[in-house]
Amino acid sequence: MAHVKLKYRKYQKDCLMQQVLVHNVNKIYRNGCIALHAVDLAIEQGEIFALLGPNGAGKTTLISIICGLVTKSSGQVLVAGHDIQRDYRAARMRIGMVPQEIALDIFETVWNTVLFSRGLFGKRRDTAYLEQLLRDLSLWNKRDARVIELSGGMKRRVMIAKALSHEPDILFLDEPTAGVDVTLRRDMWALVRRLREKGVTIILTTHYIEEAEEMADRVGVIDKGRLLLVERTVSLMRKMGKRRLTIVLQHPLADVPLELAGWQLELEENGHNLIYSFDANAENTGIPTLLRRIAELGIEFRDLDTARSSLEDIFVSLVERAA
Amino acid sequence: MRWFSINYTGIYAIYRKEMARMARTMWQSVATPVITTVLYFVVFGRAIGSQIQHVDGVGYGAFIVPGLIMLTLLTQSVSNASIGIYFPKFTKTIYEVLSAPLSYTEAVFAYVAAAATKAILLALIILATATLFVPLNIHHPVWMVAFLVLTALAFSLFGFIIGIWADNFEQLAIVPALVMTPLTFLGGAFYSIGMLPQPWRAINMLNPVVYLVSGFRWSFYGSTDVGIGASLAFTGLFMVICLLVLWWIFCTGYRLKT
Ligand SMILES: Nc1ncnc2c1ncn2[C@@H]1O[C@H](COP(=O)(O)OP(=O)(O)O)[C@@H](O)[C@H]1O
Ligand SMILES: [Mg+2]
Repeated sequence: MAHVKLKYRKYQKDCLMQQVLVHNVNKIYRNGCIALHAVDLAIEQGEIFALLGPNGAGKTTLISIICGLVTKSSGQVLVAGHDIQRDYRAARMRIGMVPQEIALDIFETVWNTVLFSRGLFGKRRDTAYLEQLLRDLSLWNKRDARVIELSGGMKRRVMIAKALSHEPDILFLDEPTAGVDVTLRRDMWALVRRLREKGVTIILTTHYIEEAEEMADRVGVIDKGRLLLVERTVSLMRKMGKRRLTIVLQHPLADVPLELAGWQLELEENGHNLIYSFDANAENTGIPTLLRRIAELGIEFRDLDTARSSLEDIFVSLVERAA
Repeated sequence: MRWFSINYTGIYAIYRKEMARMARTMWQSVATPVITTVLYFVVFGRAIGSQIQHVDGVGYGAFIVPGLIMLTLLTQSVSNASIGIYFPKFTKTIYEVLSAPLSYTEAVFAYVAAAATKAILLALIILATATLFVPLNIHHPVWMVAFLVLTALAFSLFGFIIGIWADNFEQLAIVPALVMTPLTFLGGAFYSIGMLPQPWRAINMLNPVVYLVSGFRWSFYGSTDVGIGASLAFTGLFMVICLLVLWWIFCTGYRLKT
């Protein structure tokens, strides 16, 4: 029964859920740089997916291939079941893309810019839709301004408006918040969530771990052209996450007492802090016993603090493991 | 989706955007060729023409009109089309066209059609200006229009290739300056090829502009340096070569995709 259920789930996933399917994609640039190495990835309908990796990992290359800006060296990519090369029209109709850098015709007005984008994607003019879009992005009162007159944040929003002008099902955002101030980043995150509520699948790249953690349903970690893992953000945290208990001591210790050797404790801050790392998912953390032992030994402490490790720690350990 | 479907809306979007871009600089783009042409008329038509009288049975002032129109048509086609594609490449806005559900053929058609439209409009303005200086009657108006359209398209394609090839503004300017201008001047805009002394006349027969100017002049006055068939064949051949080069560009993704 469980087997059948699993099989059905997989079937459902394969047929209905996968908006973007990347299979064994390789990319070698003409200068010999191997930007992608056997990448396999399935993006599900309606999710927010974060592609997380350091600079030069291959994030831009991967989404550029899916969007048709870069030709892959080998492999296959399907968008909503359409091959991006054989059936490029059907595939690209569904995709909106915001590249990493702002690229706009600065002499055009905001309105003409989005009008052009919509037309380019073969959609009939829909003034009401475009008006709503510009309103949502707080650009409506700037519709007749030329792009050159806009602030950096507004230009970024114009880029998003262009990408959404043809009502795509899938939105690619390449480092949407790189070099963006805090307010704009918040706005961007809110926008992404609103879009997801409307059923738009969102794939964003980032090298900010907090962004992936905050936004994404799932995270793919990429480094040196290899996709190291793809995991639900929550389960990734659960699986990989460690927790740290920090015990702030009244009097510093020179060494961890022998009696506590079983917990593998560490001392930090010149012996003022006693650190206990434990598995975040363990049923039995051993904390109560540890505290009792500490009390029995007459070690006084004035504070306790526990912290969950961030994706950053996870990422560092992953990259180390892959190296 | 059917393979023969055409994204008309997309083609029109590019065409419209290109025409709007040109409209923004309309005064510059109209004033320069018109002033240049008037100068040519004053210098060649009046000053020199008063000494020459007739070429191939046509008054010299009238004789240079088709050549002048061709001069404008060629330079405008090449520069419009090359800037039209170079500009989005330079500003990186080309990403949008490359990621759109638009075939290469559709995109090229839109850019080339817009560049050719503007070149033809300017050629017609020059023609209108010319009638202020010399009386004109056009023998084969249909052929005249056909030559205008064919030449504008062929050289817009050529300009498009230059725009894709160019990596900087110097390269963008060098082909019109170093190739187009000499070819047009040597191509018989201001004289009949028959007036050239021998090795030059033979060498000049490799110059495609000779055939264009000659064919175009034929559509005005019915007289020609080379056969009208040769003129058409040469224009057609030039267009085919440009199309082949473009086909190669798109097959390899040259300078557009990495
Ligand atoms: N056009 C190109 N030509 C050659 N190498 C490139 C090109 N674009 C990117 N690369 C290389 O490919 C690798 C991946 O780059 P990129 O996809 O831009 O990474 P990311 O977006 O993750 O920072 C890098 O090593 C980069 O130097
Ligand atoms: Mg990048």
